Amino acid sequence: MGLLTFSRGGVHPPENKISAGKKIEPAGLPEQVVIPVTQHLGAPSKVLVNKGDEVMTGQLIAEAEGFVSTNIHSSVTGKVLKVDKFPDASGYKKMAVQIQVEEDQWEAGIDTSDDLLTNIDGTAEEIRNKILGGGIVGLGGATFPSHVKLMTPKGKKAEYLLINGVECEPYLTADHALMMEKSARLVVGIRILMKGLGVEKAIIGIENNKPDAIEVMTNATASEDGIQVQGLKVKYPQGGEKQLVQALLNREVPSGGLPIDVGVVVFNVGTAYASYLAVQKNRPLIERVVTVTGKSVANPSNFLTRIGTPASFLIEKAGGLPDDTAKVINGGPMMGKAVAKIDIPIVKGSSGILLLRENEALRNPVQPCIRCTKCVGVCPMGLEPYLLMTQAEKGMWEPLERDHVMDCIECGSCSYTCPSSRPLLDYIRLGKAEVGKIMRSRKAV
Amino acid sequence: MSQIIIYTIITLVVIGAVAAIILYFVAQRFKVYEDPRIDLVEEALPAANCGGCGYAGCRNFAEALVKSETFDDLHCPVGGNEAMATVAEILGREAVEQDPLVAVVRCNGQPQYRPRNNIYDGAVSCAVAHSLYTGEGDCPHGCLGCGDCVAVCDFDAIHMNPETGLPEVVDDKCTACGACVKACPRDIIELRKKNKKDRKIFVSCINEEKGGVAKQYCSVACIGCSKCFKVCPFDAITMNNNLAFIDSVKCKLCRKCVPECPTDSILEINFPPPRNKEEEKEKAGVEDAGKTGEKVGATAAVKSGEKADRKTGTEAAVKSRANAEGQTAVNAEGNTGTQVEGKTEANAEKQPGTKTAEKIEEKKQNNADDTKGTKSGENGDANEKTQKD
Amino acid sequence: MNKLIVSPSPHAHTAESVPKLMYGVMISLLPAFAVSVWFFGIGMLIVTTVSVVSCVLFEYLIQKHILKVPPTHLDGSAVLTGLLLAFCLPANIPFWMVMIGALAAIGIGKMTFGGLGNNIFNPALVGRVFLFISFPVAMTSYPVPGQWLRYTDATTGATPLGIFKEGLGEQTAGELMQQVPGYTDLFIGNMGGSAGEIATVALLIGLLYMLYRKIITWHIPVTILGTVALFTGILWLVNPEQNADPLFHLLTGGLMLGAIYMATDYVTSPMTRKGMVIYGVLIGILTVIIRVFGAYPEGVQFAILIMNAFVPLLNKYFKPKRFGKEVQHG
Repeated sequence: MGLLTFSRGGVHPPENKISAGKKIEPAGLPEQVVIPVTQHLGAPSKVLVNKGDEVMTGQLIAEAEGFVSTNIHSSVTGKVLKVDKFPDASGYKKMAVQIQVEEDQWEAGIDTSDDLLTNIDGTAEEIRNKILGGGIVGLGGATFPSHVKLMTPKGKKAEYLLINGVECEPYLTADHALMMEKSARLVVGIRILMKGLGVEKAIIGIENNKPDAIEVMTNATASEDGIQVQGLKVKYPQGGEKQLVQALLNREVPSGGLPIDVGVVVFNVGTAYASYLAVQKNRPLIERVVTVTGKSVANPSNFLTRIGTPASFLIEKAGGLPDDTAKVINGGPMMGKAVAKIDIPIVKGSSGILLLRENEALRNPVQPCIRCTKCVGVCPMGLEPYLLMTQAEKGMWEPLERDHVMDCIECGSCSYTCPSSRPLLDYIRLGKAEVGKIMRSRKAV
Repeated sequence: MSQIIIYTIITLVVIGAVAAIILYFVAQRFKVYEDPRIDLVEEALPAANCGGCGYAGCRNFAEALVKSETFDDLHCPVGGNEAMATVAEILGREAVEQDPLVAVVRCNGQPQYRPRNNIYDGAVSCAVAHSLYTGEGDCPHGCLGCGDCVAVCDFDAIHMNPETGLPEVVDDKCTACGACVKACPRDIIELRKKNKKDRKIFVSCINEEKGGVAKQYCSVACIGCSKCFKVCPFDAITMNNNLAFIDSVKCKLCRKCVPECPTDSILEINFPPPRNKEEEKEKAGVEDAGKTGEKVGATAAVKSGEKADRKTGTEAAVKSRANAEGQTAVNAEGNTGTQVEGKTEANAEKQPGTKTAEKIEEKKQNNADDTKGTKSGENGDANEKTQKD
Repeated sequence: MNKLIVSPSPHAHTAESVPKLMYGVMISLLPAFAVSVWFFGIGMLIVTTVSVVSCVLFEYLIQKHILKVPPTHLDGSAVLTGLLLAFCLPANIPFWMVMIGALAAIGIGKMTFGGLGNNIFNPALVGRVFLFISFPVAMTSYPVPGQWLRYTDATTGATPLGIFKEGLGEQTAGELMQQVPGYTDLFIGNMGGSAGEIATVALLIGLLYMLYRKIITWHIPVTILGTVALFTGILWLVNPEQNADPLFHLLTGGLMLGAIYMATDYVTSPMTRKGMVIYGVLIGILTVIIRVFGAYPEGVQFAILIMNAFVPLLNKYFKPKRFGKEVQHG
């Protein structure tokens, strides 16, 4: 079979997967954790604990409030120091629970053994409830609550489950490591999600810069009916939901729509693994694999990290903060967020901590647009970034909406490719926010 | 040869005549009736098209003025009361006087007060920076310093000061159109009542965090201690969410709150140094009296205005002498001097025919007074700096 | 610890930059330059040097003293404009005319619109057309190739297209073909013409290099050349007596230089693939119309300038194909 990929646009930044092949190692317990109650897309969860409470590892500390919301569990055992607003990755304060860490004690009913349980009990409904109960969200970065995705809207039918093992972001290797080490459990997780959705077919998409992962997953799924592994040509942003659906199935998700509109649901490999733990082991989402990497990092690693661990703790584990660090990014270089301080907590959506040196970190000076059309060429959504940027800069919200700014998936290919180093995505994102506001207020009227 | 010329002329004349006839009939056929007063009103407006009145441009505003019965919610901040009075005259309605306003930047997070602990390298836009993170300093409410307010100003009235990293309003040029207020993603800029000689007292902070937290962000943050609130004799200060706010209408510029503030977050601008304090207070009192007088009637307004002019004139003279040591005074004089000339001319041009020469004269005087205001303003700034040091 | 740098994503950036792209184009022009020097010798060297130096100088002077903005004369774009201007001038043109052309190119073509990125018309072509209209004789007396050491005193001769334009009607195409150089000569560039436009094969090598470096896409040059071949092919089939064959049209005049370098100028070409194709096709058609039915033997320059004016319109009406079709929410 030839290599598949998505049809429009895309770039190929240097991969720099320095930490590839590194085993997943437990990061250990920090002294304190700060667990924000909005780690997912949607409404903040309702805090259930108070200052001074003793909590156990895996204990529910904040409960889903509203449909698009999910549960949050304590990732450690210890005493609640504060329930207050703490700065998140952007520096703005958000409600969070701060816990003084004591010796690990798991809550009763959680299976902490490493035994592989392959029998999937329970109906689709029960699976959904367990996934909500475990606080599972999309671990690819969007952090959309998974139980919501499992509920197919009326009139739509899910046909395929796509598992996103693309990891198209340069540097990051968390999903890669997971596929290498937990393939059997991943497959059970995929089965669980298939059952929850009621679909017969699943495809795992993996970019072919990870041949070992393709091989391992192919072997793991050899005896499974309906699960197929598909190698993909390396191209960013293949991990984007819409791009992945098109690459694997050649179906285009409509503008403003979701993959379910073309009969597809997409989950990240990390989500599949978390679903396995939640459904088979009753173990909520309190830890995830985080890649700590960068060219100057002494020991780039994939850490199994408790949610709420400060990033500085992980950096210390990976050999300390290099002197030439100029930029710390929560996530990958294309879509990750640069942070102003390194003590921000790891949340469910943090896939990596990337430390860049100054020559990699600084943007080039902005020059005038020479209309080279490179941004138009690389836009995977078929937009015209140069035009959207100008309109956003000038506050022309109506033309922005007309030119489909809301289709933008913020992949950053345009800014990446611009020879004049123009901040295309910066302004497009601003335009999206403003147009979104206008559209919502129009809906509200 | 001459035949060719004659034919050419005839042809051109005929073409011209035919075109003129066609145009005439088309114009008649598609004529749209427009109130001629709209043109007159538009003439009287400053033609800045800034949108400060809430309409898309001066023409739209003129249409709205002609249509509406009263001028209650219609005001041109650029032309001010004078332009509105002219418009009222044209339309035969009653002008509603409004206090002139001026934009004030309510953040004093200079680098020495609010340490910058990271470097922003994104698009130079406050809106982008604001949606990304808290900014180079830690304060989530403070000025981001990318100059969105400067970019939107049509009047060249707000500039970034590279030393402080904060925008500074040129009071003389500011027309209170409100563009910067809308542009600021952190709502730092406020339109406040314009006082004589551009004096202002305001809480230069909008941080609503608790005292300790606020102080961590910035050493000149308002910590919500309520000391100013307690000392204010005019009930001009309100406390809300750990933040003091001075109502510019109620404030009588008595300056009692300024020394009370433990974090120096209340700024007084364009005031003479504290040694003349008692004297100043008296004068401020008299001025206020003059101001209330202004509102009574048109004639009274002119008179008291003149009085005030004369008074402030002498005052300014005294002060410029007093501040002659201040080396900046010379420069300021040179700069503002030229500005005034241009401005007066422009104003004179803008005066509609109905205005008398007397009024123009008065306007000139006002302008002159304004300049002195700036001059003393710069001195005031210098004073303030020395105070801070 | 140092202060951390914070910026919105993406945090990675391509190694490409404006000067790099400009120098890439210049590198691709080297083979054509070498061929031109081989055929026109010292004249080509003088014209090129004067053109490049004056373009850079005028850009610097205008930005520094008239516009009062930080000069950007070294970002490569002025050098490139100078090179391209030299390429479309005869190698025997007096140097002061070149300077006037450079002033027109930079001053009228580029700076009046606001400098790099804002000009509507290709600056080099503006310069060329300015000279073409101001000094028609100097701009249409092309030196005969092979006179290495002669500059303005070089013997001049007609271009193949000129020979055809003059002769058609009285002579048949077949007879005229005897008077112009053979196809091999046309291919390597052994013919009369503007300094840089003759070297057909070298220009094609430049095109391949630019495509390899991904500086330009194939859309514009291929559609222009294809349209010209198709259109002249039809005319030739209809009336071979009075029309030259398509290959002759492709190899002569400024078509190669225009299609590969002038029409593909970033700033003045359309932003979308669809727009580029339409733009290319229309340039091709206009070129042939001017060549075959117009008064001038050559029409590429005018065709490109005319289409430059339509680029904003093309940008407005030809949008890229968006991902996903239009549907309502939910």
